[in-house]
Amino acid sequence: MTTIRSTAAEMAAALAAGTTTSVELTNAHYAQIEKVDGAVHAFLHLDKEGALAQAEAVDAKRKSGTEMPPLAGVPLALKDLLTQKGVPTTCGSRMLEGWRPPYDSTVVSKLKAAGIVILGKTNMDEFAMGSSTENSAYGPTHNPWDLARIPGGSGGGSAAALAAFEAPLAIGSDTGGSIRQPAAVTGTVGVKPTYGGVSRYGLIAFSSSLDQAGPCARTVLDAALLHEVIAGHDERDSTSINAPVPQVVKAAKKLDVKGMKIGVVKELQGEGFQSGVLSRFHESLDALVSAGAELVEVSCPNFDYALAAYYLIAPSECSSNLARFDSMRYGIRVGDNGERSAEEVMKLTRHEGFGPEVKRRIILGTYALSSGYYDAYYGSAQKVRTLIMRDFNAAFAKVDVLVSPTAPTTAFKIGEQVDDPLAMYLNDIATIPVNLAGIGGMSVPCGLAAEDGLPVGFQIMSPAMRDDLMYQVGGTLEAALLSKWGAPILDKAPVLVGN
Amino acid sequence: MALNYDQAVAKYEPTLGLEVHVELNTKSKMFCSCATEFGGAPNTQTCPVCLGMPGALPVVNGRAIESSILIGLALNCSVAPFSRFARKNYFYPDMPKNFQTSQYDEPICVNGYLDIEIETDEGLKAFRVEIERVHMEEDTGKSLHVGGATGRIHGADYSLLDYNRAGIPLVEIVTKIVGGTGKYAPQVARAYVTELRDILRSLGVSDVKMEQGSMRCDVNLSLAPMGSGALGTRSETKNVNSLRSVERAVIGEVIRQSNRLESGERIVQETRHFLEESGQTRPGRSKEQAEDYRYFPEPDLVPVVPDSAWIEELRSTLPEKPSTRRARLQADWSVPDKEMTSLVNAGLLDVVEETIALGAEPTRARSWWLGEVSRLANEREVDPTTLITSAQVAEVIALIESGDLTDKLARQVVEGVIAGEGNPSAVIAQRGLKVVSDDGALMTAIEAAIASQPETAERIRGGNIPAAGALIGAVMKATGGQADAAKVRELLLKHLGQIG
Repeated sequence: MTTIRSTAAEMAAALAAGTTTSVELTNAHYAQIEKVDGAVHAFLHLDKEGALAQAEAVDAKRKSGTEMPPLAGVPLALKDLLTQKGVPTTCGSRMLEGWRPPYDSTVVSKLKAAGIVILGKTNMDEFAMGSSTENSAYGPTHNPWDLARIPGGSGGGSAAALAAFEAPLAIGSDTGGSIRQPAAVTGTVGVKPTYGGVSRYGLIAFSSSLDQAGPCARTVLDAALLHEVIAGHDERDSTSINAPVPQVVKAAKKLDVKGMKIGVVKELQGEGFQSGVLSRFHESLDALVSAGAELVEVSCPNFDYALAAYYLIAPSECSSNLARFDSMRYGIRVGDNGERSAEEVMKLTRHEGFGPEVKRRIILGTYALSSGYYDAYYGSAQKVRTLIMRDFNAAFAKVDVLVSPTAPTTAFKIGEQVDDPLAMYLNDIATIPVNLAGIGGMSVPCGLAAEDGLPVGFQIMSPAMRDDLMYQVGGTLEAALLSKWGAPILDKAPVLVGN
Repeated sequence: MALNYDQAVAKYEPTLGLEVHVELNTKSKMFCSCATEFGGAPNTQTCPVCLGMPGALPVVNGRAIESSILIGLALNCSVAPFSRFARKNYFYPDMPKNFQTSQYDEPICVNGYLDIEIETDEGLKAFRVEIERVHMEEDTGKSLHVGGATGRIHGADYSLLDYNRAGIPLVEIVTKIVGGTGKYAPQVARAYVTELRDILRSLGVSDVKMEQGSMRCDVNLSLAPMGSGALGTRSETKNVNSLRSVERAVIGEVIRQSNRLESGERIVQETRHFLEESGQTRPGRSKEQAEDYRYFPEPDLVPVVPDSAWIEELRSTLPEKPSTRRARLQADWSVPDKEMTSLVNAGLLDVVEETIALGAEPTRARSWWLGEVSRLANEREVDPTTLITSAQVAEVIALIESGDLTDKLARQVVEGVIAGEGNPSAVIAQRGLKVVSDDGALMTAIEAAIASQPETAERIRGGNIPAAGALIGAVMKATGGQADAAKVRELLLKHLGQIG
């Protein structure tokens, strides 16, 4: 029987077999949201009317005998930085309170065309800046494993929705780890596709050269099914790659890594990594070896500079990307009393509309791009970026994929790091190199840390446009661990009781 | 005592720099598919991209790249194998993204030149203006500041924003420093802009209508003491919107700057606005504290990498160079050098060619445009081509050739057309300007003239043909100038037995 705990693939099969309907599934998820979201706060906005209309349409079409796309009728949660026509889209910011986009992002167009039912928009750190979802202007999201803890960020809402069975699928976006780190700390799967693999049209930009939308799910296969829906060339995004989408569903089903060479990144497993994280990581390596893979230790010396380069490039781009939020055309407008000048109103609006982390990054980026500092900051950071790409290229000349723990620690307590931005930034130390190089990265749950009983993520990195390789390794690891544990990791999470 | 222009250029050496913005005539905008048509209702030609909506992304218009390459090739530039867009960051309400997507340090075309000719005291002289770069950018929206004295944003009651123009493709053509012009700086500036306009028109990439703003010129000018070899501080006069204004702006700035220098003041580096009425400039924004635009490569666009086969293909489609065309027309029409240069520098080559194509005899077409029409245009301080069309001039010339108008009458017709009285035929009908060709009426006037000057008539009868002038003049006077003087002469001499 299909329940909200089923995988998306199981739900799709049940829909195809006629044992459930999309309306039924959609209502079941809204019931769960009703029950638990007061405690979790994964959603910022629910679009029940739109979702049920889509569900009914899909059911009717299927009933009429039309052949349906694989995920037609399956519900999904959408991170609140992708535009959906007519549905509030805030990016977790006061700045966009009440804004209803006049157009669909390409990702949303593809979801709609695939018959997927979009339940609502999920919470996030404001403009995707953060690693805990505490920077949302609408309050934090709570980790279903422990409501006192963070669900990761910036896509904490999407990851928590999956872990709390409020949705079987979600869309996230990953600029420095915003899909993978939340997946790691919530025991779910998150994939950052190769840069250019999924269109950015309608993804509200944080850092254009790093941002990438991607699939979030509870299993590797579900992520792969969703990946194939949203990926592909888009003529509205110049940076989208015009090449066939890697066959990730096929790869996720292979469950075989015999003969594959897996590179373990030396720089991403030492100081600063929690012991429980490292031990689960090493157990997973053993599981892959048992499945026939060969391990190779690989050094990527320039990864040491990745965080510093990232915190120059991302703020620089964001300082320019967020300049458009000036109250002139959309979003909130503060202080327009008929007396103040346009400039004063812009200033007041930006003062009140942006939160402290967003302001911090705008100021950092503005400084880094200033004349006289550009070469030292933005220029140097771009050089580091090139060096990191070279590290990856050298490594991929020797191995098929690279692996590391996704995040150095398990979920920390809400409020624990809010006053220490540098500590917060360190959460993304292992995920950031992937964004700087534009390659693919995935986080797969690999167990619970012994010391706190919280989920640990295993990161797999694959060469550009070889996303299939990480799905192959991820699928194999997931299967190996499942047979070891006997049940999916989320079965160990506490059952949330409604309030 | 204030210096006049001649005194100024005797003491100071001017240096020019010209930046010309050209709106391309592509069907769609630079980064989206919105229409570019001029004059649509406000904000009807917009979309998420050109409104800078959150999440929207630009895609480069391939046609705009093609036009830019054509311009570069026509200006003898090299086409960069790799060029990029950058973001120029600044806040202004008519900039949807609060950054302008523009090429910066990696423009599409670099290092070209344009050869022009100017008239000097020693005759025609060739002059080479070197081109630094040709780059692409997008236009901003338009602001209309309502209320307040200045029409500027400060002091306005409210502002209206129209984003139809936001994202219209622009090409900016920037010269290197143009030195060594001496006193001919105004002529060099005008000849350069004229030649550039002709090239752009021949390429078909822009409407190049300076009055409508599809071609706008910024004039940079500095002065240095004669012989010092130094470069002075420059001013940048924005949006000079006619060929004549380009020339006047240079003269105006030379006079203003030289007089400041004479009185011991320094030149402030600033943008200035050209005042059509006085030919002077007024200060705009000071550039002393250089604004920091925080340029960086546009991450939403991939680099422009035109392949060399395509560039060569475009090169092979370049139309006849205006200089080649000029040589051809000069030969066809048998025009002396000096007059040809005047035609070109007055920007009259196209209209003269059109007028001739409509059947006018070349010499007449030239002399009407360069003579009477230009004279009237100068009086009114406008471009001749804005006063009258080629078709109207051709019609007037046809009427002269058929004997229906005398030169004198034709001048009145042209004046009438320019005064807005309609086409030549309408002016003729309305003003009753018709050559008196009725022999009977003319003979009556001739006989009256002979009767009033019998001695003159006697001298003519005696073979003194030049004496006929006095009698012809009297006849012309009597007919109010509406007679054909040649005809009068013929009838008179015949009457007095001097021709058979």
